Amino acid sequence: MSKRVKIVLFGILIILVQVAAAQQRFPKPEFETGYVQPSPTTPEPRGLAVEYMDVLVLLAVLSLATWFALRSRSRRGILWLSVFTLIYFGFYRKGCICSIGAIQNVALSLSDAAYNISITALAFFLLPLLYALFFGRTFCAGACPLGAIQDLLIIHPISLPPWLRKSAGIIPVVYLGLAILFAATGTEFIICRYDPFVGIFRLDAPYHMVVLGVAFLLLGMFVSRPYCRFFCPYGVLLNWMSRFSKWHLSITPSDCIKCKLCTSSCPFDAIDHPTEESAPPPGRTYYRRFILYSLLIPVWVLVGGFIASKSYTYLSRAHQDVYLSELLIHHPELVNDPDNLDIQAFLSSGKTLDTLVEDARVVQQKFRTGGWFMGGFIGLVIGITLLNQVVFRKRKDYQPNRGDCFSCGRCMDYCPVKN
Amino acid sequence: MKKNKRFNRRDFIQSSIRASLVVSVGGIGGLALKNSTGRDWVWQIDPFECNQCGRCATECVRNPSAVKCVHAYDICGYCDLCGGYFIPGAVKLDTGAENQLCPTAALIRKFIEEPYFEYEIDEDLCIGCAKCVKGCTSFGNGSLHLQIRHDLCRNCNECSIARVCPSKAIKRVPSDTPYMIKGSFTKTTDT
Repeated sequence: MSKRVKIVLFGILIILVQVAAAQQRFPKPEFETGYVQPSPTTPEPRGLAVEYMDVLVLLAVLSLATWFALRSRSRRGILWLSVFTLIYFGFYRKGCICSIGAIQNVALSLSDAAYNISITALAFFLLPLLYALFFGRTFCAGACPLGAIQDLLIIHPISLPPWLRKSAGIIPVVYLGLAILFAATGTEFIICRYDPFVGIFRLDAPYHMVVLGVAFLLLGMFVSRPYCRFFCPYGVLLNWMSRFSKWHLSITPSDCIKCKLCTSSCPFDAIDHPTEESAPPPGRTYYRRFILYSLLIPVWVLVGGFIASKSYTYLSRAHQDVYLSELLIHHPELVNDPDNLDIQAFLSSGKTLDTLVEDARVVQQKFRTGGWFMGGFIGLVIGITLLNQVVFRKRKDYQPNRGDCFSCGRCMDYCPVKN
Repeated sequence: MKKNKRFNRRDFIQSSIRASLVVSVGGIGGLALKNSTGRDWVWQIDPFECNQCGRCATECVRNPSAVKCVHAYDICGYCDLCGGYFIPGAVKLDTGAENQLCPTAALIRKFIEEPYFEYEIDEDLCIGCAKCVKGCTSFGNGSLHLQIRHDLCRNCNECSIARVCPSKAIKRVPSDTPYMIKGSFTKTTDT
């Protein structure tokens, strides 16, 4: 067959297919009684302008929180601001969009060129980080609805021992790593799926969300802000930014009189005590330990990366394609199960098992390489955390720990030095 | 040597780390922005990919689901024996509950003229179970189909139905074209 004939035949085929597609089993009737055909309604989603207004509200709340924490030193201001945040971003906006979840949008948009991040999500991700770089974690104090709901329910905070705080502080890093890995591979958004408070904001949620939310709130009455301190993946980023912030909330407006009132006011154990004057200068053991712990960091990175990349088979099962292909390979008899929706949908899609397995392999490969990054990152953080334990820093006063401090302002309220 | 009190070594390290953090945060923002089209996104069901599995009724974070059946009247055949309305082998073609496919009687059958009937959806009753959609697609024109209603949808960052949709029919669509209603929306061929 010549090329021209082929093209003509192909053209005819296309026309036939289109005619067939336009034809319906039952042609539309021609009515004689003057029946007017209704058209389906299409209620509009929230407009783009309103979405941008959310960004403006966030900017305003962040600026106000910063002003209250750093300039006017008003705990009351921050408290009422967090009530506003809870009502606006929580109950009115139903907890979506939030900066914590926006991590995943950014991760997905960086890994998948086909996904275009919305400006709102990007602004929600960037603004609090930039504020934290200059003013500390004022976002946590007043602009985060998840923080606000926990902060308002602190009843009897108990102090946790440092070893527990430091080791539980690794959980958010693992959570952040997993969230980025799962988002970047297009698997799922785990931060949103396991957001404990979104169900409370919506007053309507699946069972597991309600249970999680209530459990966190009950725990939060005693262990203050449990989600923020031991789970929040965005808190990890804010923590780093805040450590290098240009300005930060200070407990006293002038000189510290070392009355210790602030330490009992802080429900988050985020106030560092002054180092003892009589402490001997660091000796040889100190330097030896310092060098040992620094040299251990690359080891931690390698071990972390190795473990995470080796566990790709388990992690990648969260992806639909991998899950389905493994199911089909290990349980081929399920093909005849009419109740297995995933398999039935796959069979009717006309895709072959080979292409599915190929897709799954690509995803698994992504998990393998991503696992190195994720594990290495977690290892790095563990290594640096350990190194920080042996680093000796001299402090004269009671100072907020810049990483852990949420800038909630309780300590300034308690400080007897007023000007 | 006199110590420079206004700018010591620690401050220098702090500000250089801060500067590099600003640059990296800005860099991430810039890279993400490069792909952005300035549009907002909402979730919608592609009716040509939907296989009426029924998960829309159970997996939505809202109860009842934000997914409702929509009727594209334009392509409806106004059949008396409607595959979306009646159970297969219905005893009688009337509005008796035992003959209806819809579990909540959300599909309203109205006589227009001999032999045509109009089918309207009561959205307050519809739970998005897709039983009628399956019937209409199998035996009729496929004018009944599911759509996410944006007055009900919470526009979750990741749609919890999309996560488990077996045919991957739920997609992000630009918020200025938030619906894929059959008739005006036709099957895309470039997939």
